[in-house]
Formats: sequence, structure tokens, C-alpha cells
Amino acid sequence: MSKTKVLAFVQKYTMIIALVLVTAFFAWRTNGKLLMPQNLTNIIAQNAYVFVLATGMLLCILTGGNIDLSVGSVVCFVGTVGAVLMRNNLNMWLAVLVMLVVGLLIGAWQAFWIAYVHVPPFITTLSGMMVFRGLSNVVLQGKTVSVTNEKFVQIFGGGAKCYVPDFFHGENINILCIVVGALCCVLYLFFTIRSRTVRKKAGLEVESTAKTVITAVIIVAVVMFFTYRLAQYKGLPMALIWVAVVVLIYTYITGKTTVGRYLYAIGGNETATKLSGINTKSIYFFAYANMGLLAGLAGILTIARLTSAQPTYGQNYEMDAIGSCFIGGASAYGGVGTVPGVIIGALLMGVINIGMSIMGVDANYQKVVKGLVLLAAVIFDVVSKKKSS
Amino acid sequence: MMEGDILSDIILEMRGITKEFPGVKALDDVNFSVKRGSIHALVGENGAGKSTLMNVLSGWYPYGSYSGDIIYNGEECRFHNLKDSESKGIVIIHQELALIPYMSIGENMFLGNEQGKKFAIDWDKTHAEATKYLKIVGLTESSKTLIKDIGVGKQQMVEIAKALAKHAKLMILDEPTSSLNEEDSQALLDLLLEFKKQGMTSIIISHKINEVSYVADDITIVRDGKTIETLTKGVDDISEDRIIRGMVGRKMEDRFPKRSGVEIGDIALEVKDWTVYHPLYSERKVVDNVSMHVRKGEVVGISGLMGAGRTELAMSMFGRSYGTGITGTLIINGKEVHLHSPRQAIDSGLAYVTEDRKGNGLILSNPIFVNTTLANMKGVSSRGVINKDKELSVAEEYRQKLRTKTPSVMQNVGNLSGGNQQKVLLAKWMYANPDILILDEPTRGIDVGAKYEIYCIINELVAAGKSVIMISSELPEVLGMSDRIYVLNEGKIVGEFAREEASQEKIMACILSTDSAAKE
Repeated sequence: MSKTKVLAFVQKYTMIIALVLVTAFFAWRTNGKLLMPQNLTNIIAQNAYVFVLATGMLLCILTGGNIDLSVGSVVCFVGTVGAVLMRNNLNMWLAVLVMLVVGLLIGAWQAFWIAYVHVPPFITTLSGMMVFRGLSNVVLQGKTVSVTNEKFVQIFGGGAKCYVPDFFHGENINILCIVVGALCCVLYLFFTIRSRTVRKKAGLEVESTAKTVITAVIIVAVVMFFTYRLAQYKGLPMALIWVAVVVLIYTYITGKTTVGRYLYAIGGNETATKLSGINTKSIYFFAYANMGLLAGLAGILTIARLTSAQPTYGQNYEMDAIGSCFIGGASAYGGVGTVPGVIIGALLMGVINIGMSIMGVDANYQKVVKGLVLLAAVIFDVVSKKKSS
Repeated sequence: MMEGDILSDIILEMRGITKEFPGVKALDDVNFSVKRGSIHALVGENGAGKSTLMNVLSGWYPYGSYSGDIIYNGEECRFHNLKDSESKGIVIIHQELALIPYMSIGENMFLGNEQGKKFAIDWDKTHAEATKYLKIVGLTESSKTLIKDIGVGKQQMVEIAKALAKHAKLMILDEPTSSLNEEDSQALLDLLLEFKKQGMTSIIISHKINEVSYVADDITIVRDGKTIETLTKGVDDISEDRIIRGMVGRKMEDRFPKRSGVEIGDIALEVKDWTVYHPLYSERKVVDNVSMHVRKGEVVGISGLMGAGRTELAMSMFGRSYGTGITGTLIINGKEVHLHSPRQAIDSGLAYVTEDRKGNGLILSNPIFVNTTLANMKGVSSRGVINKDKELSVAEEYRQKLRTKTPSVMQNVGNLSGGNQQKVLLAKWMYANPDILILDEPTRGIDVGAKYEIYCIINELVAAGKSVIMISSELPEVLGMSDRIYVLNEGKIVGEFAREEASQEKIMACILSTDSAAKE
């Protein structure tokens, strides 16, 4: 490979390379503890809310680097509402529905001001951040409300019992987990091959066979290693299922639908988008209303994992989400970024977190490191953009 | 012969200046010299290179980004930024006012040139100095008045006072009167004459030939990045006709593809009594009672200077994308329509190919295929889900049709040359399948070869029965491509010519005569 090719490769896969290097570094420093089944499980379970929020945040950032500061407070408020409802013996599924609706309504409230009255998102969501933190305190009266609905905790939580039951009753190893992993690989291969043949038939260019095969081999290897590790512990965490659902849905929305396309278009050039006959206001509305919905889901996951609601829950969650987006390659100016990229960004943060925890690094230093990683990622974005223009 | 000595004293000489932008040679071996204590006018069409030349002089384009020499007061100068040239007394006043609305006159005048110590601005001194210079330019306002509270004419005077405060010896004014009314313009020109008496040298860029003849001692004509000639008052003929001839003097070469056998049909679009007001200053008429039409298979050119209201006319028709208080009737294919959004305009068969392709036409950070389908996503999606394969084949189809030079449609538009970007923009609007296309400056900033290809595309469009309205600042282009030409000035239609009867001189004269008519 020539020098420019190497450079292009590095530029394209920076974050994946960074993730691999960081993982390798911590695996080495922790004598392999990082990759132990339980720790891998924890990376998912502990960070489920980050994955969900970061996905929603990406849509806001795509519209032009706009962020939503209110998500931490919304997570707390939605969780509060849910915990209080379930304490009063409301049916669990009904409670879940109410929580999602509350999240969506909060999102719509903020989205209205942002999209139709042009209040800057920063201000609108800063207001939301204060309002919903305050309201959570009011509802909880400063106290903790515990969540005792076991079924709810099992389905949405991240604790010891929150795993998909192994229908195959494997001994020592969770067979379902391996089956699911294998199934994912088969589906991936199927869709890759199908899209290749369809595109070839239509006379469109396809990437080289070697490249496709190498990518496929790497993906299959990673997925199988990961599921095998999970299977060695307790199998598939429920949180992983919810994260996977969100990731799949939003990868589809951003990549395959017109709404997704318009999000990128607005961030790339709002005037051009408007003059192309696209209702940009409704796209802004969609992004922020949707952020509320996903904050609602994150609220559900949070109270289920912590089995309670407290007025302090969700603090700084917005920062985790925003950080993941920028580390994952979303542009601070909007128009650039992908859901898989953001997930990698969130994973990178998660690995750094857990790696340093295992190493016993002081929590305050962890913050310092994460902050520097965020800055480095955005510097990279700005500098590489400058070079290409 | 004291007087003779002063007159022949050259304060500034620019030799062999060449400045290139990617793909365009903006200045080509330009020579330009200015006598001390004179007013020297630079005239030429839009894009001829006047402003570029002045930006080279002022150090806006730093030494090294151009080739050639600048000799000022007998010494060779290498300016790296505006500060360098200002320290020598060369001050440029840009076309767009560079004042900050929510700061006072005094604060604006000394912005970047603060009075007092570095960490302690002396506000008393600032305002005292400001008042002194305001008096010179004839303003009686307090220096503590906010810029937003004074009119445009006075703002321009503040700009001049600001230049004086920098101890200007050579003042460059880029279109100083373009946004002023007649009274304010007159005051400004008289002020320049007053400064001249005191020994100030000025260079003035202007489109208004009558003002130039009034104020200038020498007139240099710039055309296609070259200085063509310098006319001196009292020596050469400096009548408006003479100047115009110099400005448009190039020959009509064979730069336009022939269009034959295109049948001109019924009226496709018609506007009647169309009036549009400025979106911010809602008392200002930008388009004034315009009536015009275009037929099927016809190319209609709209000519006029920058700021004549051409883009505003087009955008206001395109789903009210510009302006407030729009009145008038818009008729498409015989039916009156009320378009309130670009979407409705597109659905009614209208397309507006924007003037500024980078600013509001294309998404540079996105690939060609995304840009191609953006105005017609319905064509490549069903129920909100995009068929990417179809999208790619559409983009590929247009790439071949318009001969866009690119390795693939996955390429980001930002990586293409200007001409190819323009083709992508055209592809986008052609895919929206309109009946009427409004092309706003379709060939600005692209090279001659690419221009020719764009003209061919326009011919293909009308051959297919579409109507084209072409807005252009380049007179030869308007003349070479249009079946009919409207001339727009200050928001009004001031002339209409059939292809056969139009000429550059006639159009220019048409614009200028309405300018001076407004003056009287």
C-alpha cells in the first residue's frame, strides 16, 4: 500500500483503530482482565444508557452541531414518574408506555420551541435541564423511591438476573448466546452477498472481493469472540437486546430513510436543503422530539438497573452522550456522523472507564482522561476538515 | 513648473500583478499607476478583477499569494496583512459596510486601533478623536450614537472617518455609493473632492459611470482581469459612451453553441405586478412592480447589475423564499398559482438553480448522489425509505448525461471543480423534472470550456420544451444565449429586447440612463 492509501485508511477507520489500540492497551495493563466475560458484560450493561442517548444525540448533532443538554434531567424525571407509578402498583407495561410517552412529550415541548420559534437549542435544553431536574425533586420530595417490580427489573435491568434465559439449558456455557451470535453472522453475510449481487446486476460498482471478504472475516470473528465471552458468563444481558434494537432502528433511519437523509442535508447546508423543497422545521422537530423518546427509554433502563429512582440520577448523562458522538466521528458542525460510529465512540469511552477502574485509577483522573480524549477527537475532526478544504 | 511636477508625481505603481484562484486567473499581468493627489477610478464589469486588484494592494491577499510588484511612495512594498498597508497610510473601505451595529460610532472608528494603553482603553480620548474626524466628514452625530441608529449614508461617512483616523494617505473606496441614495452619494463625492484639495489620493471603484465622470481625474478600465486603458480627464474623451465601449469591448466570439429548430410555444410562466419588500427593512422595495413572462422552449435573459433585484425576483417567485409583503400574480401554464414554499414551487414545475452554488446550492460535504436526488427524494424512495441502488443509478445517469467529470458519484461534491459542481447542481434540478428553470448566474466562476458545456445543456433543456430564465451579470452570455432579454435596475424592469435588437451598449445604456434619471 502506498503512503496516501495508508493515510486514507487510517483516516477512514481512525476510531476503530483507536478502539482496538485502547482495548489492547488495557487488556495488557490489566493482564487480560478487561476481556474477561464479566467485564465485557459490564461494558454493555453499565453503558446501555450511553448507547441509547448517544444515538438520539447524534440526530440532534447532525442538524448542525446542536446538542441537547436536558437528557440527563429527562432521564431522571421519566424514571421518577415510572418508579412512582409502579410503587402505586400500576401494570408494568402500562408504566413503560407512560414513561415513553412522557419522554416523547418532553421532547416535543422542546422541539416545538427549537423548530418553530427558533429558540437556540442550547438555551431551550438548558432550560429543560433545570426544569426537569427540579420537577424530579418535587415529585420525589428529595427521597429515593425503590423499584420493586421484579419482572420490570429483569426485562430492562442490568443486574445479576437480567439475562435472556437460555432455552437450550447449556451447562457452563450459554448456548442461546452462541446461537444468536452465529445467527447475526449468517444474517450479516446474507445481506452483504445479496446487496453485492443486486448492485452488480444493476451495473453499479461494488467494492473489491478481497475487501469484502476481509471485512466479513473481521466482523464475524469479533462477533463470535464477543458472544462466546458473554456465553461463558451469564449469556445475553437484556440491556444488550435493547441497545441492539435501538442501534438497528436508528442505523436504518439515518441510512435508509428520507428523514435520515434530510438530517444530514440540513447539517451540510441548511439553505440548500430548504431551497430543495424540504421542510426543515419538521426535521428539527423530529430530531428533538425523538431525543425525548430515547431519553425516556434511557430513563427506563436506568431505574431498572439501579432498582430505584433518585433526584440525582442521570446527572452528566448528557455529557456522556455528547462526548460519545464527537469521539465517534460526528462533526461539531453537523452533517457528518453515523450511528455505528457513535456506538464505537461510546464503546471507547466505556472501555477507558472500565479499564481504568480495573487498574484502580482514581475516578477523578478517569474524568481527566475522558476529557482529553474528547478534545483530541474534535481536534482531529477540525484539523482533518481544514486539510481537506 | 511646480504644478507639473506635482501632477506627474506617482504615488502608487502596481507592476505585472497576476493573481490566480483555483481554476481562474483573476488578474493577468496588470499594470496600474496612480498620481499623487488625484482621484483615480477603476471601472469594469462584475468580476473583471477590480476588487481583487485592490485586495492585493491592501494586503488582504498577502505578499506571495500573487506575483508582481507594488511600488508605493517610491519603495517596494510587501504587505502581509491589512495592518501592514494601513501603517503606510493605505486604507481600504470595503463594499459591504464593516461596522458593528451595536457598538457606538467612536468604538467602531477605533476598533483594532484602540486609543490609550493596551489594557486600559482611554474612552475620553477615543470619543474626542472620533468627534474630530466626524466633523471633518460633516457628521454632527455624537460619537456615542450606536451605528444601528444612523442611516446607511451616514454609516458610509463613518467608514471614511474611520479611514481618516488611521491617517490615510491613499484611500480605496470599493463601490462606496452602491447602497446610498442620490443625495448621500453626492455628499460623499463632494467630500472626496474636498479631500483632494488637501492632498489626499483616492481610488474609487464604481459601476456608476456618471459618478466616475464627475469625480475622477483618471479612469482605468479593467476587463477580464486585465487593465485595458487609462483615460485622463481633459486629455481623453471620458464620456459615458466612451467608457462603456471600453468596458464591454470584447468581441462576441464563437463561444455560444448554436440553437436551431427549437419551437417557441405558449407562455409557460408569467408574473404580473410583482412587488417584493426587503425581509429586514420592510419599507424597502427590492422588486418593484415587475411584469414578465417566458414561453415554452424560450431562453429569457435577465440582465442587470449586482443588487438590481434579480436574485430577489427569482427567489420570491420560487415559493416566497425571499422577501416580505409580496404582491402580484404568478401564472404557470395558464393557471394562477399561490406558492408559499419551495416544495409547492417544485411541485408546480418550477426550479430555481441558485446563484451561490456553494452557499445555498449544494451540500459540499455530501457525495454527488445525495445532492442529485435532494430536490426529488420521492423519485428514489417509497414511503420514506430510500432505494439507494436506484438513487445511485439516477446519479450515474445524470453524470453521463451532463458529462460530469468525476471518478464516481460517491465522490463528495466539495472535491469537484466549479464547473462540475455546477453540473451537479443542474442535475439536481433537472431530476426534479421542472417545466421552468430559473438559472441564477449559471456560469459564474467556471472556466470557458465548462461554460460552453453548460450552454449546451441549456440548449438541450429548451429543445425538450422546457423554459429557461437565465440571470447573468455577463452581458455577452446574456446576449449569446437569450431569445429575449429583460433589463432590471433597482428592482424595476427598465428594458426589454428581442435577441436581434439587443447589444451590450444598448443594455448598458439602458441601465445607466435609468440611474441618472433617478438622480435628476
